Amino acid sequence: MVERRRLGNIVPHLVLWIGIAIVAFPVYLAFVASTYDATTIANGQMGLAPGPLFLENYYRAIFVGTSRSTREPVGTMMLNSFVMAMGIAVGKIAISILSAYAIVYFKFPFRMTAFWIIFITLMLPVEVRIYPTYKIVADLGLLDTYAGLIVPLIASATGTLLFRQFFMTIPDELVEASKIDGAGFFRFFKDTVLPLSITTMAALFVIQFIYGWNQYLWPLLITTKDSMQTIVIGIKKMIVTQDALTEWQLAMATAVLAMLPPVAVVILMQRLFVKGLVETEK
Amino acid sequence: MASVTLESVRKVYAGNVEAVKGVSLDIADGSFCVLVGPSGCGKSTLLRMIAGLETITAGKIRIGDRIVNDIEPAERDIAMVFQNYALYPHMNVYDNMAYGLRNRGTPKPEIDKRVREAARILAIEPFLDRKPRQLSGGQRQRVAMGRAIVRKPQVFLFDEPLSNLDAKLRVQMRVEIKRLQRALGVTSVYVTHDQVEAMTLSDKLVVMNHGVIEQIGTPSDVYRRPQTRFVATFIGSPPMNIMEGIVEGPNLVSVGGSLLPVADMRADLKADTRIHVGIRPEDVRVVEDGGTAFRIDVDFIEELGATQLFHGKIAGDEFVLQAPTGLIAASARQLALTVDATNVHLFDRETGQRLGQVDP
Ligand SMILES: Nc1ncnc2c1ncn2[C@@H]1O[C@H](COP(=O)(O)OP(=O)(O)O)[C@@H](O)[C@H]1O
Ligand SMILES: [Mg+2]
Repeated sequence: MVERRRLGNIVPHLVLWIGIAIVAFPVYLAFVASTYDATTIANGQMGLAPGPLFLENYYRAIFVGTSRSTREPVGTMMLNSFVMAMGIAVGKIAISILSAYAIVYFKFPFRMTAFWIIFITLMLPVEVRIYPTYKIVADLGLLDTYAGLIVPLIASATGTLLFRQFFMTIPDELVEASKIDGAGFFRFFKDTVLPLSITTMAALFVIQFIYGWNQYLWPLLITTKDSMQTIVIGIKKMIVTQDALTEWQLAMATAVLAMLPPVAVVILMQRLFVKGLVETEK
Repeated sequence: MASVTLESVRKVYAGNVEAVKGVSLDIADGSFCVLVGPSGCGKSTLLRMIAGLETITAGKIRIGDRIVNDIEPAERDIAMVFQNYALYPHMNVYDNMAYGLRNRGTPKPEIDKRVREAARILAIEPFLDRKPRQLSGGQRQRVAMGRAIVRKPQVFLFDEPLSNLDAKLRVQMRVEIKRLQRALGVTSVYVTHDQVEAMTLSDKLVVMNHGVIEQIGTPSDVYRRPQTRFVATFIGSPPMNIMEGIVEGPNLVSVGGSLLPVADMRADLKADTRIHVGIRPEDVRVVEDGGTAFRIDVDFIEELGATQLFHGKIAGDEFVLQAPTGLIAASARQLALTVDATNVHLFDRETGQRLGQVDP
């Protein structure tokens, strides 16, 4: 009995570790590559242990940049990506919580129509509407600006839907108790709906921050200046077509750095997430 | 404090559902009025119209001498206790009670004084810092009451506030609500489907069915002289026995061939009219086989501890008799019964209206 139990524990663990190895190994290799010099990597002499140039490579990546292709240092790209991801995440949460609040708590004509229109846009990802969106952003003179990067990606059916589902679980009596307690719709939103939504907001923030951080096609289209490019675009530009010219150690260092903010967001938000779950549980 | 007056109040929901069909009611200042009726009879709707949570389709509602039809809930000077308590889950007990006062701009020291006072009255002082989820059902119920008390409203409104509690706590809280209402003297309207709650709490009992008031009266009025067959069977447990009967003459009916004298009987009832005869299970006595006795055949006995219920039949109609345990031999197969003329109730077979003298 005990034997079988132990075997039963070992097998899933084994599977789990194999899975982790498959996912983590390329990431580890990228890290290793970021600690050698370009020639060692190009000659295929790189080992499995980290090399000696960790500090030097990361210093160059963050503050100096590559010598060819894009010369922007990672610092600027990180900032651009961060502003964009933050803007998208915060903007999406703000817009979708408000529209969900309107749809759930206000009775107005064509309420459900509005809801369905929002719902239908779920089926239209950025890529589908990319040409008209580009045209509008260009006409507004928003190319190479943060607003141009952020605003078109803010409207969010997913967020609205998520908040709507959550609001539907708030008992009607709570709304009524608020009314009797003299809280109008704004106060009810601020004092009751917002605090209760923290968990949902944290979840949405994590998802949308990563979504914003990983944007590729849209920033590629609307940013032309190096100073406005995001880190994802930066990495792409560092990898030039002639393999020998690519400063692999810097590209890899940049890639490793690019992974850190999303990881940080997940870790930070996870705490809030769990805290929120515990605190608002009815 | 204030009285509450309803004048031909109606409520029609979307889809032409008429939930309240013209209700008029006077609730005296400081009294405890209970609306009781089966689920779906419109009692919550009526209460919510008084609270201002539902619009009033027609009619007038007055609180004190103000017509409140178009006044916001917060301006009506009422407080409401909900069945599921409706406490703010993210606020602690103190804030739950203080919230309404803060919204009205009550000064801080005053809020603090009132909240602590209410907490003391309700014995929830040790929990002021807790969140609702850290409280038991009974404690949550107290917090909900506290939230109502601190507002010092003109009227308390309760919508089945005890339904989510277990039986023992329900009895305990029932007594407390009554005591509190007495002490504060605030006009209260209390909705319940539980007739025991209704009987024990009310100064004025309002029995509703299908959106109309069936009877208004003191609990003993309603119990002693039910005005309709519905009230007769709804109030009282076990419910009143209803049997087929025939008018034999002035103040005399027959049930299953036995004659029963009736004290309260309309004078114009013609002999041979078929009617419904109601007798409460606790109003019959077993007698040695005598002249005026009527008989039931016992099917089975239910033990309630202090009393026993004898289930039987009389001329095809179900009949239940309640008697103190041991008074009647459990082996009895047939019982001869008698009932006081004052405890026989007559009802119209079609309309269910009481066929008694117009005013006793
Ligand atoms: N918002 C609503 N829309 C439509 N019908 C409703 C609504 N609320 C209640 N009703 C109907 O009105 C009737 C009375 O409901 P309610 O007052 O809640 O009854 P009770 O509290 O006596 O159980 C019921 O038939 C119910 O289905
Ligand atoms: Mg109800």
